[in-house]
Amino acid sequence: MNQPASAYFLEERHDPNETHTLSVLVQNEPGVLARVIGLFSGRGYNIESLTVSETESQKHLSRITIVTTGTPMVIEQIKHQLDRMVPVYRVVDMTITGRSIERELAMVKVRGGGDNRVEALRLADAFRARVIDATTESFVFEITGNSSKINQFIDLMRPLGLVEVSRTGVAAIGRGPEGM
Amino acid sequence: MTDKSHDPNQMTGAAMIVRTLIDHGVQHLFGYPGGAVLPIYDEIFQQSEVEHILVRHEQGAGHAAEGYARSTGKPGVVLVTSGPGATNMVTPLTDALMDSIPLVCITGQVPTHLIGNDAFQECDTVGITRPCTKHNWLVRDVNDLAKVLHEAFYVATTGRPGPVVVDVPKDVQFAVGTYHPPRRDDVHVSYTPRVKGDAAQIRKAVALLASAKRPVIYSGGGVINSGPEASKLLRELVEVTGFPITSTLMGLGAYPATGKNWLGMLGMHGTYEANMTMHDCDVMLCVGARFDDRITGRTDAFSPGSKKIHIDIDPSSINKNIRVDVPIIGDAGNVLGDLLQVFKAEAKRPDIKSWWQEIATWRARNSLAYKKNNDVILPQYAIQKLFEATRGHDTYITTEVGQHQMWAAQFFGFEEPHRWMTSGGLGTMGYGLPAALGVQVAHRDSLVIDIAGDASVQMTMQEMSTAVQFELPIKIFILNNQYMGMVRQWQQLLHGNRLSHSYSEALPDFVKLADAFGCVGLQAVKPGDLDGALKEMISVKRPVLFDCRVAALENCFPMIPSGKAHNEMLLPVEATDEATAAAFAGGKALV
Ligand SMILES: Cc1ncc(C[n+]2csc(CCOP(=O)(O)OP(=O)(O)O)c2C)c(N)n1
Ligand SMILES: [Mg+2]
Repeated sequence: MNQPASAYFLEERHDPNETHTLSVLVQNEPGVLARVIGLFSGRGYNIESLTVSETESQKHLSRITIVTTGTPMVIEQIKHQLDRMVPVYRVVDMTITGRSIERELAMVKVRGGGDNRVEALRLADAFRARVIDATTESFVFEITGNSSKINQFIDLMRPLGLVEVSRTGVAAIGRGPEGM
Repeated sequence: MTDKSHDPNQMTGAAMIVRTLIDHGVQHLFGYPGGAVLPIYDEIFQQSEVEHILVRHEQGAGHAAEGYARSTGKPGVVLVTSGPGATNMVTPLTDALMDSIPLVCITGQVPTHLIGNDAFQECDTVGITRPCTKHNWLVRDVNDLAKVLHEAFYVATTGRPGPVVVDVPKDVQFAVGTYHPPRRDDVHVSYTPRVKGDAAQIRKAVALLASAKRPVIYSGGGVINSGPEASKLLRELVEVTGFPITSTLMGLGAYPATGKNWLGMLGMHGTYEANMTMHDCDVMLCVGARFDDRITGRTDAFSPGSKKIHIDIDPSSINKNIRVDVPIIGDAGNVLGDLLQVFKAEAKRPDIKSWWQEIATWRARNSLAYKKNNDVILPQYAIQKLFEATRGHDTYITTEVGQHQMWAAQFFGFEEPHRWMTSGGLGTMGYGLPAALGVQVAHRDSLVIDIAGDASVQMTMQEMSTAVQFELPIKIFILNNQYMGMVRQWQQLLHGNRLSHSYSEALPDFVKLADAFGCVGLQAVKPGDLDGALKEMISVKRPVLFDCRVAALENCFPMIPSGKAHNEMLLPVEATDEATAAAFAGGKALV
């Protein structure tokens, strides 16, 4: 085996990547988000999407939803690395449990007139997007759904005068009566 | 309002800090003063329960606390000022994180209303130390201080131990608030490391061990961290199973070097028998080690035919580098106890006679052999002599980083845990001298030796002055090869013998330097000088700087060349220029 002059073993593994959605319940204290993000950047993990908000204010609990990609071994590492952080209560891999719902909200601004305007409205209706702002030459649509539905909607708006998009990132929750 | 002025639990933040130390049984504190910690220093001045050891550089305080912690099993405590005091702690904090050493570091911070203003000696201490601590806190309210400090001790010492930082702004040190002694609810409910191993997994492990034909036990620093009981149980397990055992650099001493099942250290500079046993085994029991890259060599060829059991308190160590078959999450001592019990009750030790015969052939290769020399002191010989001279003494060894560190690991035999302090994970030159101070503070009457290199020792040299001030009779034994030997070795092996900046130019006269510090300076130049000089070093009850002039160009073998597997080791006798060139082919050719 040939490798350059190094005492490290430099060959990378080439296991295929997977995308996982992780729900992380954390103590809502100063710096907790910086800790989580620092873990990802420090160890070279990917963040595709990250959302965070306090979910139980009395207990000072926040819920972070992270969509990440990596080999199965890396995904397992990410979960353990998150779980061992002091302010982290629980880490649940929503992708492995397979019984979760994922939603994202996007606001999509489209500018134009004539046929494009009519077509945009028609498509919005088909995607159950709501008009939340309108001028004579523009709309802002609000759309919720899983990420691929939103991607699809955005792609369709592009030729019709897409101006800009603001997305919340993915929030996820398990199906059924149990909590995480 | 009730009158709180006579409530003994009403006190300033600074007083709370000292009270917390006392309540946690802290007897020694390593530190360096500055503006942002003066209120705390004022409290220290007015009490006598905690002894403060004044270092000469904050890095020294950190490593001293590490040595203290590793040799006692208790957390090491550090106090430094804001800004440069805190940034000087980054290296020891990272070192302690990598080697799982419990440290509680208290840093001063500028007053809360100045935070974020680029105030004098302000730095974002929690931001800077976040990736190099197990956890850290900035305390903005004096009434949170007691809880945070108690939690800090808890987090540093439970689960996989590690360093923590508590950053305390100066106004919080002055403010008066309510103190409370340590209590259960001081602890984050989110932090509950698992101590007891899963019973079903332990059964599976026992079944595997009992069915093994070519087993090996591979132990690490986690066994030492778990406490003396874990080492006792490890020894018993080896006794009961009859299995061969090897260990990482960090794990030396958990099993005695004179034990009959001992294979020596494994890994890049481990023994041939240890690495071959790892490579060819069919069942591997890893306890408190983490399959790091200096151990595994190329991961895809690491012990290809074995079933692997991995005991570790940190779930993130499992399946990080190497996939294992039976992971057991828990404290090394706790799990070893359960495993032993099940093994004794339900299993029979397998017959591994032919495995031992195979191991004997590897041992016979004598992988640590070196050519004797009557004219110059060989570094290996110097360590052997040092080892002999210290027999019968209550000895603790620390090291710096480089060839001398590897030779110390190879040639100094450790019979007990907590006797060997070295920077394994981070590989910090400059660790050994201050670490020796910390060890000596905890063990005043013991023989504490820093096995040093000529380059490393210059990194924290100034702590000699601390040794003199506090009458800490540490011995700094420099294997002076006038090179950054380990760097030179790699340049020879991997970079066409272009010795770029690895020569120790303009070395100080160490004997005179010792004199300048008020220490004892000794020198050995010929092999014949060693016995007498070593005897003197050990008998003087003062700090000693020992300049041991060794062969300049000796290299450290055996060695697993880069990107190679355990069974492709290069042995010293075979390390001719041609063989070395061939082994490192793919790198640049050797000259
Ligand atoms: C702080 C730090 N800087 C650089 C290195 C890289 N390094 C590893 S070993 C070494 C040379 C050590 O020389 P010396 O202390 O003389 O030990 P020897 O190898 O000669 O025994 C260097 C520079 C390191 N480990 N730590
Ligand atoms: Mg040297």
